[in-house]
Formats: sequence, structure tokens, C-alpha cells
Amino acid sequence: MYAFEFERPSTLDEAVKALGAEGAQALAGGQTLIPTLKQRLAMPETLVSLAGIAELKGISAEGGVLTVGAASTHTEVAGQTAYPALAHLARGIGDPHVRNRGTIGGSLANNDPSACYPAAALGSGATIVTNAREIAADDYFTGLFETALEEGEIITEVRFPIPAKAAYVKFEQPASRFALVGVFVSKGEGGVRVAVTGASEAGVFRWAEAEAALASDFSAAALDGLSASADDLIGDIHGSPAYRAHLIGVLTKRAVQAAG
Amino acid sequence: MPADGGIGAPNKRREDVRFLTGKGRYTDDINMRGQVYAAFLRSNVAHGRITSIDTSAAADMPGVIRVFTGADFEGIGGLPCGWQVTDRFGEVMQEPAHPVLAQGKVRHVGDPIAAVVAATAEQARDAVEAIEVEIEELPAVVDMKAALEEGAPKVHDDLTSNLCYDWGFVEENREAVNKAFEEAAHVTTLELRNQRLVANPMEPRVAIGDYAAHNDESTLYTTSQNPHVIRLLMGAFVLGIPEHKLRVVAPDVGGGFGSKIFHYAEEAFCTFAAKQIKRPVKWTSSRSEAFMTDAHGRDHVTKIELALDGDNNFAALRTETYANMGAYLSTFAPSVPTWLHGTLMAGNYRTPLIYVNVKAVFTNTVPVDAYRGAGRPEATFQLERVIDKAARELGVDPIALRRQNFITEFPYATPVAVEYDTGDYVATMDKLEEIADLAGFEKRLEESKARGKLRGLGVNCYIEACGIAPSHLVGQLGARAGLYESATVRVNATGGLVVMTGSHSHGQGHETAFPQVVAEMIGIDPNMIEIVHGDTANTPMGMGTYGSRSLAVGGSAIVRATEKIINKAKKIAAHLMEASEGDIELKDGQFTVAGTDKSVAWGDVTLAAYVPHNYPLEDIEPGLEETAFYDPNNFTYPAGAYACEVEVDPDTGKVTIERFAAADDFGNIVNPMIVSGQVHGGLGQGIGQALLEQAVYDENGQLLTGSYMDYAMPRADDVPFFAIDHSCATPCTHNPLGVKGCGEAGAIGSPPSVVNAVVDALQRAGKPVTHIDMPLSPARVWEAMNQ
Ligand SMILES: Cc1cc2nc3c(=O)[nH]c(=O)nc-3n(C[C@H](O)[C@H](O)[C@H](O)COP(=O)(O)OP(=O)(O)OC[C@H]3O[C@@H](n4cnc5c(N)ncnc54)[C@H](O)[C@@H]3O)c2cc1C
Repeated sequence: MYAFEFERPSTLDEAVKALGAEGAQALAGGQTLIPTLKQRLAMPETLVSLAGIAELKGISAEGGVLTVGAASTHTEVAGQTAYPALAHLARGIGDPHVRNRGTIGGSLANNDPSACYPAAALGSGATIVTNAREIAADDYFTGLFETALEEGEIITEVRFPIPAKAAYVKFEQPASRFALVGVFVSKGEGGVRVAVTGASEAGVFRWAEAEAALASDFSAAALDGLSASADDLIGDIHGSPAYRAHLIGVLTKRAVQAAG
Repeated sequence: MPADGGIGAPNKRREDVRFLTGKGRYTDDINMRGQVYAAFLRSNVAHGRITSIDTSAAADMPGVIRVFTGADFEGIGGLPCGWQVTDRFGEVMQEPAHPVLAQGKVRHVGDPIAAVVAATAEQARDAVEAIEVEIEELPAVVDMKAALEEGAPKVHDDLTSNLCYDWGFVEENREAVNKAFEEAAHVTTLELRNQRLVANPMEPRVAIGDYAAHNDESTLYTTSQNPHVIRLLMGAFVLGIPEHKLRVVAPDVGGGFGSKIFHYAEEAFCTFAAKQIKRPVKWTSSRSEAFMTDAHGRDHVTKIELALDGDNNFAALRTETYANMGAYLSTFAPSVPTWLHGTLMAGNYRTPLIYVNVKAVFTNTVPVDAYRGAGRPEATFQLERVIDKAARELGVDPIALRRQNFITEFPYATPVAVEYDTGDYVATMDKLEEIADLAGFEKRLEESKARGKLRGLGVNCYIEACGIAPSHLVGQLGARAGLYESATVRVNATGGLVVMTGSHSHGQGHETAFPQVVAEMIGIDPNMIEIVHGDTANTPMGMGTYGSRSLAVGGSAIVRATEKIINKAKKIAAHLMEASEGDIELKDGQFTVAGTDKSVAWGDVTLAAYVPHNYPLEDIEPGLEETAFYDPNNFTYPAGAYACEVEVDPDTGKVTIERFAAADDFGNIVNPMIVSGQVHGGLGQGIGQALLEQAVYDENGQLLTGSYMDYAMPRADDVPFFAIDHSCATPCTHNPLGVKGCGEAGAIGSPPSVVNAVVDALQRAGKPVTHIDMPLSPARVWEAMNQ
């Protein structure tokens, strides 16, 4: 770890200001950033902790929308009951230590191609709210570890329209237990969504063919004969693109079954 | 047995109190006055020539005390190899130099090039980044067979090739074995890989060098399984410090699994640097460094052939193995694929003719050496896999085929140079069938089917050679060390005992088990006995802990020393009771005179020994302290039978272990709870190898599995509750405790049954799969199912 300054603002405005400085970076749960610092893969001059900002906290369900403050931990999200599929997803992240510290905002800002929350956000048609604007999930994830966030922009909350049916099925990479492939399906007012994480070189994506097939018949059988393309999928020691493509099909069916 | 737990009592491990309450004293917990920190610049390429190193900027960085490079170690010894193998043609192996810091070339990712010593660890790391080094990258060799091809890049320019040795065993049998294969009724062939593993002890390696100017003595605190061995190797071969001026301390050590047997460059560096700068120098490995510098394990590529006669008797066995040595010879590397592997190829079976060929190869990878089981898992895996394959080819029951070929008479001299003293393989197999409930398998198979899962059953046996070993024998085989063990038993005036052992505990529970032995012999409370280990300054010269040798060899030394104590104590007791020595009996801590009601207590005798007012001074010296060195006259041969039941998800290829049973013969048991713990841990590691773990290099020699993000360790939910049993005991015939060793069995015995079970599941589902290389990751199993 290189030496850095540490700031702990108590309001969003102070945080935005602090992050405007050269070399400043937000620190949420630190479950991604701290290991990166320890390996000396990042060299921020100032870490701006988001832990003390009341505006980023709290989870509430109203009018069919679940609003999750960006600094909510995975444990907190796992504890809410308004959106069970999201709670289930949060329960499956990492281990108790990671869940007690890691946050939804940190996960979405980081956009790891194997992370779980991006699938939930995209698969629910969520809105990512920042200090500056509202970004639809469809516009938010722009590639591997890439998002629509501008420098210094802070996610404040995430709004999930609660669908009638939804489920997340994760197939764990054996070592990291991140998603080797994870599929989030939902059927709500906005239609059917199928979001796939872990599989693509370009990060989380929607599987359009499956969505189309499920739109008219939301059942596992509707997916028979459908297979995801292996093009541009990740190939590594844990699985080839072909294997990941196969898993997308298997997990999508399982997710539809689990969604009921 | 003493009321509170002698031999056979499941005493709770007394050391766990300090481990579990954070009061352990590990090497990193030691901080010395004036201590400074070392950090290493390590090669990020697998193979290259160092064309320049400029340390001037680093030397000017804040806190930097000194920067060292290979030039500082010119004329100083390299890291020695402790075992010399002689090849098929009578030539000794090729043995390259292994400098402390790279001299001219780097040979694997992680090879140390330079080191900075600075006031803080962070300053040392900062300065390492300021060292300017230019490396002309050379093509790397990673694949063993490619490394042996004509014109392959040479890891060591001064060697004739990348071949360390080409070993044949037993070379004289080669022709007879080949002939048996020509005459065989059936031959089963299997090609497999026993993958490369990283030991991953919970505690990473740490070294602190310290130099005392007042008496010119160096001290090394280090995470070692064998401090005396490090003292000898580092003192005599690297730094030229005589043993009486060098102390090595290995305090609490958080696991080793073999990887902390070896002498590492960082230990020599810290000891050397401390003397140069006259301050204690500490280095603590990061987990990333551990992946690229701790010796790796296994990495064999093998072709094994089993010849059977018309009645399905094993007629001959022939193997050809390529064993990866990595870039340098780690301390005991050459012995692992040879004497710890070839000698075990008979397994539990009467195979009259065996020939083992091993080619050890240098590659641009981390050195490979002993890892829990060391050679024996490699032998067991290939043998038990080929037997299973043969059974399937012949359409016979794999258990029946094994039973038919079991060795049933002991002692049994194998065709691969060792003699098994005892065993009862039928009994362990019977026990296995019972505890694994093999009779209920068909029912469970149906249940799995109903859930859409493929169920499979795999069984295997294993034999291992533990308690390494008779010194005269290992000397003939190329060991550059003796393999006895030592113990000093010091009895205090008030009756308590301190046992100083040359064994080293890094998780095995010596502090609990060893007192049980002494307590049993004297008949006193084990809490009166303290175990001291891990410090060359206060323990007799010992060879340390590995190869499941501590109780069999180290425990036997303790028995011998305690016998001497008892003999002397009886003399004192005889004097006190005015009886003849031959009539003295010791029971429950009381000395009595046979046939009388006279008695003196243990404490009366020990007090007399140190306050010799009424004492036979003309016959014996005062005091009560004895030392014994025990050199066994054979290995011990634990053996067992294991069964694994798996379910395979046909859609994803994911394997889950539903049941696992292990029936082991460890001879006599001193503490059954510790034995169970050792078996559980071994099974976890073996299952980890079978399903999860692998170190992978890309073709350029970059380590792809350099962290836990990609190197999969077994976790609690990867293993089921185990059914284990160690009641089928045939005590070892040649050590005083009748014990055989249990530390490695689980890791040795479990991988084949897991793979056998998965192959069984797939074949039951009609898939023509005969083998899948470990680890049986979901992706691999799925690919095998969908070939
Ligand atoms: C052992 C382990 C296992 C894990 N397993 C999983 C898993 O199975 N699935 C999974 O999805 N994840 C997993 N994770 C990752 C975990 O979920 C992290 O918590 C998460 O990815 C990052 O959240 P954080 O709050 O820790 O963010 P930090 O590490 O603090 O920050 C991450 C990045 O986000 C930025 N950031 C943080 N908050 C905001 C914000 N509000 N606005 C803008 N930028 C912000 C930071 O500047 C930084 O760049 C695992 C992590 C570990 C250590």
C-alpha cells in the first residue's frame, strides 16, 4: 500500500467536493479497493470514505420500487424482504466479512465482469442515481470495469422496480466464488429481462433471444433449443467460452424455474 | 493409562488454547530492538538475462539502509540440495547452482534479483520499485516434454540439457518387466497428470536474521519444520557459519505441509544482511510472494501400464513419469519422484515385477518439492487409477480385483526395495465396506437419479512409507543427511519433566501427544510434562517433522530417553528403599518393591536426584536428565482403504462429494482425537487436489494462479462429514510404540477414489469417459461428458 490521505465527510456535498480534488477516490466497503491498494495496483492520493454519510444509507420500499442507499452493505440488502430475489443475490456474495462491509454502490461503481449486482441492476431495469443525475441500468454498464460514471461522480442510491417474478442463479467460479456465470431474470411491468454476468468479455449483458422467447411464455420450456453464442465470452482456466455459453442456457432455465 | 490421559486418550490439544485465543507466538510476532525490514525485487519474467541493475536511486530513498544484489553474494555459497539421485546409467544427477540472489540470469517468475533493507517494510517496498533493472527476456520452457527436446532453451546454460536425471527402478528388472508385458493376457494403460499444487499454509513464510557482535553469533528466526536442518544447510553450505555460532529458532509455525522443510533464499539473505548491517532484518512474505516462491508440489506427467494374467492377477507394472523440478533443485526435490515414489509402486498388491522410470526436468517455474504425501500420492494415484481402469476393461468388480491381488502375508518384500512389516488389507477393506455402507449404494443411486443427478462410487487402497527413515538406507539412496530423531528428557527436582525434542510441531499436536507417551510410561499426569521444540539452542540435534515421522521416530526417541530416566530412577528408588534394583517396579508414579508394601513416590526419587543427601553417589551421578537418538531400522507402512460417493450435475459438470469413508491402519494410536483431525485435514487436502487446486503457468511461464482469486482452495462446504475408522490396527513391529504415522494418509489416499467415483458416475450414465485429469472442475467434467 502506498501512503494516502484519508477524509471522512459527513454530507454528500462535502464528499463531492473532496472527490473533486486531484487523485481523490471514493472508499466504500473497501472489499475491492483495499486489496487493490495492498497490491499496489492503485495509488490514490486521498481516500474519501463514504461510510459516514447519512444520505447514502437506508433501504425503503414504496410504490413498487425498492430504493437502496449506495452505502448499504450486502448484509443489509440481504435482510430486506420487499425484493426477495435481490436479497437472495446479496446473501450469495462472498463471505460474512465481505457482506458486512461491501456495499451495493461499490459493487456497481466497480462493475467487475464477474460481480453479482450488475446482473440484478440490469436484470431488474434499475435506475442508478448519482449526486448529479439518474442513469438507467441499460445505459450505465459500458464495459469491463467501465461505467457511465464521470470522474468524482458518486452513486447515491439504486432504485429497483420490484418485478412480479424474479430470480438470480449464480454458478460459482471455484476459486473466487464470484460468478463464473450468473443469470438474473425478471418479469415485471417493463417486460422480461435476462441479464448475464461473469460470462462476457464486455461485462454484464442482456440475452435478447431469451428475453424474446420468455416474453410470450415465461417458462423454462420456452428456452428449449435456445443457446447463447460463445462469441466474445470469457475463456480462462475455469471455463472455455463454450462452457460459459452452455451455462448461460442452463442457468437461465433454472432462474426462470426459480422465479416461478 | 494414567487417570488423566496416557496412551490412547483423546486429550484435547493443549496448544490450541493459545492458538485459538490469539496468543500463539509466530515468527512474525517477534519484533526485535532495532529491527529493519527486507523487501525483494523479483523477476516478472520466467527466463531472462540481467543486463544491468542500477540501485543508486533506490539507495537514496527514504529509510533505505542498504541495497543488495547478486554481486554481494559472489563467493558465498548457493542454496544446497540435500539429496543426490544417481541415474539409470550410474551417473549422478545434474545439479545446478542456486544463488541467494540471481547471478546473471533469472529463471522463474519470482526469482529474487535484489533486496532492499530499510527502516520500514513500506520504505523497503518503495525502494524496490526504484531499482532499475534491465532484463533481456529469453524464451521460457514450461512444458516438461518440450524442455527435453533438442534445441529447447536451457534453464541452466552450464548444464548439458534440462534433464536433471533419468532414473530407472529397479533397473535390473527392466527387461523382465518388458517380457512380462509381452506375455500378459491383458494390459491396461493410462496417461495422467498429477497436477502442480501450492501448499498454502495459513501462515506465510517469515525470516528474521539477527547478529550479536558480542559473541559473533547469528540467529535466524524462521517458519521452519526443521530448524536443525536449516542450521546445517545454511551454516555449512551457504554462509559458512559454524553450527556453534548459529542458532535457528522456529517458534509457533502455522502449517507447513512440506513447504517449510526447505531452506529458502530469504532465510539466508536475512541472516547474511543482519551481520552486514549489524541490525535485525525481518522479511514477511506476502501471499502473492508465497505463490511464486514457496516450493510447489507434485507436477508429474505419467504413463502407467498394468499387465494382468489370464486370471486377473497382476503380473507386472511399468511406468514412465516426467517430474517437474522447476528452475532449481529445492532441498529434497530429487528424492520425491524417485525414492519416495518408486518404492511405493507395489501398493497393497502382489505384483512380482515392477519398473519405474522417472525423468526429472528443469523448467522456468517455481521449484517443486515435497508436499503432504510427497511421492506417495503420486504413486497411489496412478496405481489406484490404473487398477480401476483395468477392472472396468475386464468387467470385474474393482474391489474384488483389489482383494484378489492383496498382499496377505507379512513381512512382505516388494520388488521395489522395501519390506512391509505388517498390515491387514483385507481387514481395512472389510471395515471400509461397513463404514461406507457400500451395501446401501444402489438405493442412494436411485435417489440421486430421481433428483436428476449422476451418482458414482469410487474406492481405492493406499500404502505409504512413513517415519522416514533408517539413516544407513537413505544414505545409500542419496540422502545427504541422517534421518534419526532425538529427545532429551529433563526431570526437575519437583518431579515435572521437560522433553526437548528434535521434532517440530506446526499443527500436529506434539505438545499434547508426546506428554501422553511419557505420562503413560511413568504413570503421572501428562500436565507435569512440558514439550520444548523448535530452537537449536535448547533441543538436541534433530531432523524435524515431515513424512509423518514425528511420533514414529521422534516419539520413539522420547521413549528411549524416558526408559533411561526410568532405569536411573529405579536405581535411586532401590537405594531409598534399601532394596535390590531388580525388584523395583514403577506404576502410577509409585516405585514399589516387588512382594513388599514398600514404596516411594516419583517425586521422592526426583528430589533425591537433585538433593542427593541419601544417594548412591558412588554408583550413579546426581541429576535426572537423559538424551536418546533413535534411528529406525525400517519405514513404517500405514495403509488403508477409502471410498467416495459423488454426485455429478449432468447440466453443469459440477461434482459434489456426498459421502467419504476412510478405514486406516495407523498401528497403535496415542491420541485418537488428534489422529481424526489429521485424517480430516488430509482428506480435505486430497479432495482439494481432486476437485479444486491447481497451479497453472501460461506458455511464457507467467503464473496464472497467483492468488486465491484463481487458485481454488477447499472450503468447509466442499467436503462432507467423513466416516473414518482406525480400529484395524496392526502395530508397527520395529518401533517401541508400534505406531505408523497418520499425517499424510488422508492426502495420499483420497484423490484416486474421488476420480474413480466421477468416472464411475459418468460411465453409469453411458459416457465413454475413462479418465479426467485433476482437478475435476465443473468445466473439465462437462467437457469430458460432451467430448
Ligand atoms: C473475498 C471476496 C469475495 C467476493 N465475492 C463476491 C461475489 O461473490 N460477488 C460479487 O458481486 N462481489 C464479490 N466481492 C466483491 C464485493 O462485493 C465488494 O464489496 C464490491 O465489489 C465493492 O464494494 P465495496 O463497497 O467494498 O467498494 P470499495 O472496494 O470501497 O470500492 C470499489 C470501487 O467503487 C468505488 N466506489 C465505491 N462506492 C462508490 C459510490 N457510492 N459511488 C461511486 N464510486 C464508488 C470506489 O472508489 C472503488 O473504485 C467479493 C469480494 C471479496 C473480497
